Amino acid sequence: MKAFAELYAALDRTTKTNAKVDALKRYLAVAAPEDAAWAVNFLIGRRPKRLLESRKLAQWAMEEAGVPDWLFAECYHAVGDFAETIALLLPPAEQSSPLPLHHWIENRLLPLRDANDETRRRTLAAAWRELDEGQRFAWNKLITGEFRVGVSQTLVVRAVAEASGIAPEAMAHRLMGEWQPTAEFWRALVAHDTRDTDISRPYPFCLAYPLEGDVAALGDPAGWQIEWKWDGIRAQLIRRQWQTFLWSRGEELITARFPEIDALGAQLPEGTVIDGEIMPWKDGAPLPFAQMQRRIGRKVLGQKILADVPVVLVAYDLLEVNGEDIRERPLELRRASLESIAPPNSALVLSPVVREPSWETLGALRQQSRERKVEGFMLKRLGSPYRVGRKRGDWWKWKIDPYSVDCVLIYAQPGNGRRASLFTDYTFGVWDEGKLVPFAKAYSGLTDEEIREVDAFVRRNTLEKFGPVHAVKPELVFELAFEGIQRSPRHRSGIAVRFPRMARWRRDKAPADADSLDTIRSLLPQ
Amino acid sequence: MNAGTRNFQPSALDNRSVLEVRQGGLYCPAGDFYIDPLLPADRALITHAHGDHARIGSRTYLTAREGEELLRARLGEQAAIQGLPYNERLRIGDVTVSFHPSGHILGSAQIRLERAGEVWVVSGDYKLAHDPTCAPFEPVRCHTFVTESTFGLPIFRWSDPDETLAQIRHWWRENREAGRASILFAYPVGKSQRLLSALDETEGPLVYFEGVERINQVYRASGVPLPYSAQTQDFSQALIVGSANLHGSPWARRFGAGASTAFASGWMRIRGARRRRSLDRGFVMSDHADWPGLQTAIAATGAETIWVTHGYVGPMVRWLTEQGKRAVPVELALPESQAADAEVAE
Repeated sequence: MKAFAELYAALDRTTKTNAKVDALKRYLAVAAPEDAAWAVNFLIGRRPKRLLESRKLAQWAMEEAGVPDWLFAECYHAVGDFAETIALLLPPAEQSSPLPLHHWIENRLLPLRDANDETRRRTLAAAWRELDEGQRFAWNKLITGEFRVGVSQTLVVRAVAEASGIAPEAMAHRLMGEWQPTAEFWRALVAHDTRDTDISRPYPFCLAYPLEGDVAALGDPAGWQIEWKWDGIRAQLIRRQWQTFLWSRGEELITARFPEIDALGAQLPEGTVIDGEIMPWKDGAPLPFAQMQRRIGRKVLGQKILADVPVVLVAYDLLEVNGEDIRERPLELRRASLESIAPPNSALVLSPVVREPSWETLGALRQQSRERKVEGFMLKRLGSPYRVGRKRGDWWKWKIDPYSVDCVLIYAQPGNGRRASLFTDYTFGVWDEGKLVPFAKAYSGLTDEEIREVDAFVRRNTLEKFGPVHAVKPELVFELAFEGIQRSPRHRSGIAVRFPRMARWRRDKAPADADSLDTIRSLLPQ
Repeated sequence: MNAGTRNFQPSALDNRSVLEVRQGGLYCPAGDFYIDPLLPADRALITHAHGDHARIGSRTYLTAREGEELLRARLGEQAAIQGLPYNERLRIGDVTVSFHPSGHILGSAQIRLERAGEVWVVSGDYKLAHDPTCAPFEPVRCHTFVTESTFGLPIFRWSDPDETLAQIRHWWRENREAGRASILFAYPVGKSQRLLSALDETEGPLVYFEGVERINQVYRASGVPLPYSAQTQDFSQALIVGSANLHGSPWARRFGAGASTAFASGWMRIRGARRRRSLDRGFVMSDHADWPGLQTAIAATGAETIWVTHGYVGPMVRWLTEQGKRAVPVELALPESQAADAEVAE
């Protein structure tokens, strides 16, 4: 627990990726296999099923610390992190535990789930007394499961890969799926036998930059392969040695979540890798992305959801054919090969190539993007290779502008983590029958300077408090941008929007100038 | 955090009252003076030289003799400042006034006011922890105690300052071994000198921001030994001390992109406060009392009535009230400037 608490502190201390990777490698170099397995388990976001309710955890911590609940709440608002608040409030530590991480997890943490409340309370009180302040914090984090130390799965994969000398793609694959954090698992994880992993390895995705300036600067549109920009899940479908692997751009293996595409894999020739977009699709056209979100959230895919929201792979590039890497071949040749291997009547849909004589006619067509449920155009230079990562010049995204509406700030609440004790989470309202009704929440888009200004405004203009939520004087107007809009019975305004963020602070506008719900309803798809 | 207390001002003051709250700050009618006035006053009694307590523009100033030079360094040569040694009594109008060490910074004082047997003490800012650069806090018995509450939540609890200083030296040593500069941000008046008094210039060059060195000179002249700044252009072994608002400035950037940054402040007790500033390290060291310190100090005065000002006023008032004390919130600064002030002044 000592080493793990120090690792946690070291990860928390820096924002630099390399320093985080180094801290992890230092920990892994000395950790026992069972401790390393548990540490990685938690750091990549796997956590034991709900051990106990936070309310009880808070209750017992308050008893230990001797503070009333209102004071605990004040402290939580200042700290912005539950596990940290408890660690800071408990009586000063008198000792430090020499016991290893796996002991704390297997013998103390996991039994909490099935214990009765009295045993849980005693276990927690005893644990807090045995641990020092840093260890208490790590322990509380293990219980609440909210790690948030800026460690992504990719970063952990990189550290374990570097520590063990195994390629990161292979390591990513080994950490996928179901596994138990045991010493045996860890030994297999870092073993140098890679036979099982090579065939699954994806290629790095080629990424596009947003188009800046005038599209006409790209020259004759005939020099470009133009496709719709699909709003789905970017993915790479691999068929090698009679096995199918589907990778997301976040290098997550998602084969099991899309049985339709798994089946498509079996229809492909041996040694094929396709780049494309997983899209909810019915009757030859895309479904709204919100339908896909319904499906993504599920652990078990029932017959109903598979029938309601079927998916296809909208394919746009071919990276490997007959087991040969063809990424250096010109785009139009790769496209031709892709067309030649596409199985008919399958879950593979070729991304149509749009041909228009001029940028003007393309521009006009682009205006139909919303009805077509796409985000605009992708422009790919003919003759270009399939590049690694985000490179300027060959691939551009020519997106349509987001929706935007002017709203009034009506509620604010403090953020978490580095934004703790600053009012950073806002709710915006729009006019409906002379009243402001909550319309959307947004957390991003303002500069630190603007956040401080809004924070000061909230403190001066709080009308009422509901726990951490402050109702504020409706005075500040913001332009909110968002990508999608749909009806929602769960929202008071009857409308839900996708990716809302603050585009601008409209200091030039008064609350009366904000938009009305009627105006926003008119944006809904017919 | 203390919204909701704003509209409560001590009112219905009876004739035993020595102070009242005016727009210009804490005012003593019987002596016709303000304590740490917010607006220019005819006569200002000053607890200590920090900017949120000592403001320019008053006609005359009275402060502890031990803090007189520091106050002059802050207010300028033209300010009319009179010093009164700690514990010495002075009659102003109907009030007897004396200054008592508050342990906050050099020359900082609690101000004791006595009128017709009624004793009030204004704490200014204070801490109970050991600090070799100033006289230790001295509890003063009184009927009403006006206390600060900058860190008035139980999450604020300081460890032994020697432990924190050892962490700072360890951090500096690690950086020296890695060949990178150590930039330690700290409030230039008081905190910086407290840190420097514990550092050893033979371990590596010490480099100070100009504003820090100006205050160092006042401390040295007052008999507080402080190490001298090194003349060096190689910062790879150096410990550099400057105020927190220099973080990210051209001044800080000249010490190299690889420099490690740290902030010594009570606010560093909270991870979010450190992460928000993108600092490598946060050292929890404050010149204010922590929660247990505030409770100890308040109890030691024996006061029946506590006025609470600065910081977490609401929670402290409620806590004291639940402990059976008469506690009154006192709003002395414009609300929006408070949080920002407190963080800079720490």
